[in-house]
Amino acid sequence: MAFNHDHILDMKQFSAEDITTILDTADSFKEISQREIKKVPALRGKTVVNLFFEASTRTRTSFEVAAKRLSADGLNIAASTSAVVKGETLEDTAQNILAMKPNIIVMRHGHSGAPHYLAERLEGVSILNAGDGCHEHPSQALLDMMTIREKLGGFEGLKVTIIGDIAHSRVARSNLIGLKTMGAEVRLAGPGTMVPREFEQLGAKVHHKIEDAIDGSDVVMMLRIQRERQGKTLIPSTREFARYYGLNPVKLKLAKPNALVMHPGPMNRGVEISSSVADGEQNVILEQVENGVAVRMALLYLVSGADGSIDG
Amino acid sequence: MADSDVIILDQAGIDRALTRIAHEILEHNKGIEDLAIVGIRTGGDYLAALLQRKISQIEGVDVPLGAIDITLYRDDIGTRSDLKVGKTDILFPVTGKKVVLVDDVLFTGRTIRAAMDAVIDLGRPECIQLAILLDRGHREFPIRPDYIGRNLPTSREEEVEVDFDDNLQPTQVRLIKNG
Repeated sequence: MAFNHDHILDMKQFSAEDITTILDTADSFKEISQREIKKVPALRGKTVVNLFFEASTRTRTSFEVAAKRLSADGLNIAASTSAVVKGETLEDTAQNILAMKPNIIVMRHGHSGAPHYLAERLEGVSILNAGDGCHEHPSQALLDMMTIREKLGGFEGLKVTIIGDIAHSRVARSNLIGLKTMGAEVRLAGPGTMVPREFEQLGAKVHHKIEDAIDGSDVVMMLRIQRERQGKTLIPSTREFARYYGLNPVKLKLAKPNALVMHPGPMNRGVEISSSVADGEQNVILEQVENGVAVRMALLYLVSGADGSIDG
Repeated sequence: MADSDVIILDQAGIDRALTRIAHEILEHNKGIEDLAIVGIRTGGDYLAALLQRKISQIEGVDVPLGAIDITLYRDDIGTRSDLKVGKTDILFPVTGKKVVLVDDVLFTGRTIRAAMDAVIDLGRPECIQLAILLDRGHREFPIRPDYIGRNLPTSREEEVEVDFDDNLQPTQVRLIKNG
């Protein structure tokens, strides 16, 4: 096993072997969360800073739990309470944090490429992208992939359909790249304003009628409609979206009989997903959350092992 | 296998050593009450399975068997690039158990230190004992095995390997002379 990544910025950086290494490591870590004493000393003495410039509960908590279970010391910096509101630049904020000698910075930022920018400029610290603008969200894609592999055994030839506002979704983009790397077929579906044809260049099949996309799928992944944003400009109304693009039991029947229903959360019941599907037997939404901790433990562990000073 | 390798134990020799260790474990613990066998990955877990089978044959009862991965308890994380994490598979509560740790080769004792920490993180065993197929010396920690297949004085430059076949059965123990 060789994992030679100092930073985790996007899914583009990973080969199929890298992804397998991450998922195998996460499989081993999952057992730790099921123990009575949920802690191992692997990252004792390491400091992990969660630097979040955008609101997040799920991802931040998941990274925080992951760091604690590995015995790392974690601290949270939310932009709304930090010097950012006083006008400090991203690089100055980061340099100030760096002066306190953290080992890993987990960051979320509203601008695409912000983690890449810091990874190039900061020395001696690993950057983990927890979501950058409309670009990527690699840990989310990896936890989705862990759940798919766990339930369906692999990726080769699987048909995965992602439905919603693909253009603005970092979750969709990361999943698309990761799943293509592992040999799955990815279909993207949603209204034309949300799913531009350009995605075909990334190897996806684009559909504007979700029935066509769901037909014969192994996995149906719904994305959240951000009512406060896209809900106003990209679609006439959330009710219309729910009727044509929301997942309900009738549309789900078009997929394979035991197809998985996934959602990165938080769900809008009655908009992109009906309650009967969200609570149905095919949903693996809480498994996604559980696997999220294991995947993030694996990422923190692997970047720690891959620090520059190592030899064979 | 290079010409300079020396076979320390062959398959029959390993089998005899494990049979003796199985009897010693039972004699020392006065039976199988609260006994549990835990192998250290990888190598020790295969030997632990063999030991457990031998104990079952003697006593007619299965004792709990587990495997432990100690990667996360190593003292050299961040200094090695190959730190593949394996699964810890202990499906019984360790609290109150007499845990017999099993490993193939005992060298510096650092692996055993890590394994003891890993077991203690799962509960409070009544005691931890150590069974080793081959003890090659050069301890760096105050650790001493309770059951030993074979003592072998070695130099630090030499290596000791236990070979396993495709069915995870030990086939031989080799001493590799380097330089």
